[in-house]
Amino acid sequence: MSLDVAIVHRVGAFSLDAGFRSEGGLTALFGPSGSGKTTVVNVIAGLVRADRARVEVDGDVLVDTSRRVFVPPHRRHLGYVFQEPRLFPHLTVRQNLLYGRWFRTSAERRTPFDQVVDVLGIAPLLHRRPAGLSGGEKQRVAVGRAWLASPRLLLMDEPFSSLDAARKDEILPYIERLRDESRIPIVYVSHDIAEVARLATQVVLLEHGRVSSVGTVDDVLSRTDALPVDARDDAGAIVEARVAGHDDVAALTTLDCRAGALRLPRIGLPVGATVRVRIRARDVLIAVSPPEGLSARNVMPAVVTEVGSGDSPAVDVRLDAHGDTLIARVTRHSVLALGIKPGRRVFAVIKAVAFDQPTRRPGASAPARATDGIVEV
Amino acid sequence: MLTLSPEETTAIRLSLRVALWAVVASLPVGIAVAVLLARGRFWGKTALEGLVYLPLVLPPVVTGYVLLLVFGRRGLLGAFLAETFGIVFAFRWTGAALASAVMGFPLLVRAVRLSVEAVDRKLEAAAGTLGAGPGWVFLTVTLPLIAPGILAGAVLAFARSLGEFGATITFVSNIPGETQTLPTALYTFTQVPGGDAGALRLSLIAVAISMLALVAAEVLGRRLARRLEGA
Repeated sequence: MSLDVAIVHRVGAFSLDAGFRSEGGLTALFGPSGSGKTTVVNVIAGLVRADRARVEVDGDVLVDTSRRVFVPPHRRHLGYVFQEPRLFPHLTVRQNLLYGRWFRTSAERRTPFDQVVDVLGIAPLLHRRPAGLSGGEKQRVAVGRAWLASPRLLLMDEPFSSLDAARKDEILPYIERLRDESRIPIVYVSHDIAEVARLATQVVLLEHGRVSSVGTVDDVLSRTDALPVDARDDAGAIVEARVAGHDDVAALTTLDCRAGALRLPRIGLPVGATVRVRIRARDVLIAVSPPEGLSARNVMPAVVTEVGSGDSPAVDVRLDAHGDTLIARVTRHSVLALGIKPGRRVFAVIKAVAFDQPTRRPGASAPARATDGIVEV
Repeated sequence: MLTLSPEETTAIRLSLRVALWAVVASLPVGIAVAVLLARGRFWGKTALEGLVYLPLVLPPVVTGYVLLLVFGRRGLLGAFLAETFGIVFAFRWTGAALASAVMGFPLLVRAVRLSVEAVDRKLEAAAGTLGAGPGWVFLTVTLPLIAPGILAGAVLAFARSLGEFGATITFVSNIPGETQTLPTALYTFTQVPGGDAGALRLSLIAVAISMLALVAAEVLGRRLARRLEGA
């Protein structure tokens, strides 16, 4: 699967000039509101006609303004989950789910109904009508409806932005399963860094209608100074780790990552499970000598690779800890006082980690319940 | 007092038939025009709008006279239709239905148009992304969503048809058994001595039919609304 997008479009004073490529997985379009994310997705879906654009999915050209190609939305075979559920009020949940199947030949109906209902946990809702469902239930049905149309690409435009944090927490594991089990490539619009860190394989950072950065999720999100201002506060490094063991007496879990062992309050994942942890820059301290008498127990030796520039009082320092990138936010004053500069050996003190995603739990049938919060360690 | 004479029964049955056909025949055209007026942007839209709503403000006799000029035996369209298709409107019950349809048309279009304007177009876009072409979107999403408006419009047009007098009597006259509908029969009663009882009976029947139509529409409308709001 491949997706190739290049768009030039102008609406009033806003101009969009963006392009990116995806080879599958979940591509997050990340950026502040008004950066043009929704327009990009609407151009891919064919709901907006761009001034100049080229959109190609799997070698199939959907839009090419230079050759006057414009495939109408209903012939694109894409799925679209909108910000609002947009369920058909006159149909039951089951009828809503099956709506897209009508327009597919039997060979194209690749997604089994039962799998979708099972993955999204919507079996009890099938006979109800949309008006009686909660916001989270409606969005799950909307996801199922798009998925059941057997799309070759799934577009999701901040589908859960209207849900509160608890509901969102409930629904994200379903999206992880969708991503891992459906094998349908997804373009996911979001302005929520936790969501992106948790779901994305690739991130396209959009600002003021321009792509400011593209790369893997750890690459883009760890470039804290390149992130939109309002996302910087929560920004940090993403580290892949494995559950190494549990200590039931001390109620601790040990995670192994390249940087070393991370100890944290016991989590409910089995030994061997892979976890994606996010370590926010503001939760990391730097010590120039091995610290003693600290309450924080996670201290990792590292080498400074980069000291952020700029003239704000806080600076993000990039560290390399045996191959894992860590980022620490310290004051400019400390940088000068401690002599922190590239190449310097230091110790990173980690105060807290955020659990974003228990990925690919071996043999699991239900999505693992992640504690998507910040854990003091 | 309450037994109906054969002429009265004929007039009532004719009225129902005329009103029913007027509604059934004008429904597809009415829906199409309503969608066109609600969504379309084209040259001459205001003119079309005026033409559709004209019978609402024009004296019915004028409408009837215009129909006579256009659809009469020697009228522009009347002659053509009679020669090519054998369809005759002048002084036939079909003419009464045509007059009723024209008079009820603005009410039908107005009700349907309002409901089309209320349809959330985002739902139609969603249907499009699921693979439904424009025709299917209309049939499976738009039409069910405007069903309450269509029902309301149809009932209004039906009631208007039942009461149609001026245009009907001008266009197709008042021929018992052919074009004498309930209102024109009632009018005839009021013009002859001793017709009071007949006039009263027909009035009561008219009230009863109208009430029935309104109640039926209300019940059906509620059921449709409940389906949309999803209990």
